[in-house]
Amino acid sequence: MFVPHTEEQKKEMLRTIGVKNFDDLLEGLPKELLRPAMDLPKSLSEMELVRHMDELARRDHLAQSYLGAGAYEHFVPTSVWALALRGEFSTAYTPYQPEASQGTLQSIFEFQTMVCELLGMDAANASMYDGASAAAEACLMALKHTGRTQILVPETVQPQYRRVIETYLAHAGAKIVSIPCPQGILEASALKKALGADTAAVLVQNPNFFGCLETEVHDVSRLVHEAGGLLIASSYPVALGLVAAPGEYGADIAVAEGQPLGLPLGYGGPYVGLFACKKELIRKMPGRVVGQTVDLEGRRAFVLTLQAREQHIRREKATSNICTNQALCALASTIHMSLLGKEGLRRLADLNFQKAHYLQGELKKRGFTPLFDKPFFNEFAVKCPVSPATIQEKLSRERVLPGLPLGEYYPAHKDALLLCVTEIKTRGDMDSFIGMLENVCR
Amino acid sequence: MNPNDLRFTKSHEWIAADGTVGISDHAQHEITDVVFVELPKTGKEVKAEGATCVVESVKAAFDIYAPVSGTVEAVNNEVTGNPAIVNQSPYEKGWLFKIKMTSDAERHKLMSHDQYKEFVKTAKH
Repeated sequence: MFVPHTEEQKKEMLRTIGVKNFDDLLEGLPKELLRPAMDLPKSLSEMELVRHMDELARRDHLAQSYLGAGAYEHFVPTSVWALALRGEFSTAYTPYQPEASQGTLQSIFEFQTMVCELLGMDAANASMYDGASAAAEACLMALKHTGRTQILVPETVQPQYRRVIETYLAHAGAKIVSIPCPQGILEASALKKALGADTAAVLVQNPNFFGCLETEVHDVSRLVHEAGGLLIASSYPVALGLVAAPGEYGADIAVAEGQPLGLPLGYGGPYVGLFACKKELIRKMPGRVVGQTVDLEGRRAFVLTLQAREQHIRREKATSNICTNQALCALASTIHMSLLGKEGLRRLADLNFQKAHYLQGELKKRGFTPLFDKPFFNEFAVKCPVSPATIQEKLSRERVLPGLPLGEYYPAHKDALLLCVTEIKTRGDMDSFIGMLENVCR
Repeated sequence: MNPNDLRFTKSHEWIAADGTVGISDHAQHEITDVVFVELPKTGKEVKAEGATCVVESVKAAFDIYAPVSGTVEAVNNEVTGNPAIVNQSPYEKGWLFKIKMTSDAERHKLMSHDQYKEFVKTAKH
């Protein structure tokens, strides 16, 4: 519970340190940063505020969305949040003390176990902020582990992930090199040209940003390992019901955006990053790790472990400045994964695959040709007969988001749209969407 | 190895005449149970006072500094499998790595065992 200081306590503190008032403590700050005027509307009563928020929420109503590109609209069973929002779990800060928090620690331990099984890796941490920051932390880990300086990032990696990595690595003395991918996948031949003695790691995303499966990933893995670098794989958890897990193609570090497992889209967050690695790298892994042990009476118990990697113990030598996790989101993902089970995940992935292939096939018949001729999971890029901007504008009147125009990120693909289909779309939804597209193209 | 034949650093490493390096009995006692040792790669070039490997105890992780400059020519893989020998036998079985020294001069500048004992007593680390 949060108990604010009383006026008397504040005065006592100021007296003790010999300062007249609180403002004296802020003397060193530039004037213009001190209490800048905030242009806020007048405050509302609770009743007025609820009405205002309801009005805003009504404006958000979407009939259909085919947006994916990193965040995915999946069905979230009601039981996920009914359980995750129980009072025992919803706190502002994750309690990690073993004597008071066995339930929280056990839920994190189970999360780590499921992440390992899902990604096919040896060890997982308690979670990161999101998929992009997990990918960036993986790059930092590879730089430290190899003592090398170069990170190779193919063009098929989510462009915003690339920007997050650039930000994270801006002062790490690293060189981030982009690999062109004209075929929509990272080709082993292109990687071969880019690899060098200073390559710390190659980051692959599978399925990649264009939705394509990285069909040469086994060769990619072999090549990077031969060159003494690491393979970092970023994946889409739902796709792993059908496609090979990173561990199967030899990834040293595996990361993923956990949002598709139980989290609503929520305009970009809060999400949860999955992070796992091979056993040899465990001491280089960022973030919190919960381990299983026994208490004095020999009973199964859970505690934070391997903390010597963390900054509160090892300061400037810490593996990362992440000393927390996305506990509540990770809990929702854990519950969702346990409800799905292995078989459920497979069926969910199959539904996504089948539905996306139905839409892609129908669009192809209507002049929307695939941008790349590669196997895909639930997302695909098409070249449009009319400009994506026009489609977007016309369909917005029907409250439909037709997908992501690729031009903003890839100028060469300015006539292309990236579409995603998840299990929530019915055949009726897709047929009405196809009808709308036919009207736009007419 | 007899500690009287070794030279000691202020950061509590010891080095033998043949370049073998470990941590002092005082150091192993202070950091308590060693649970993990991350050894350097053989062939790695090291500089005197440069962080060379990591010893992790139940308390914290510590950098181990090279007492002299040179090249790592051997590492003690025994400690990876059984880190407790760093506590049990700091001057024998628990050695960490061996440096092929650039010159012997740097080693001679380090403290003798008696000087080190005095240093520990007065400096209280």
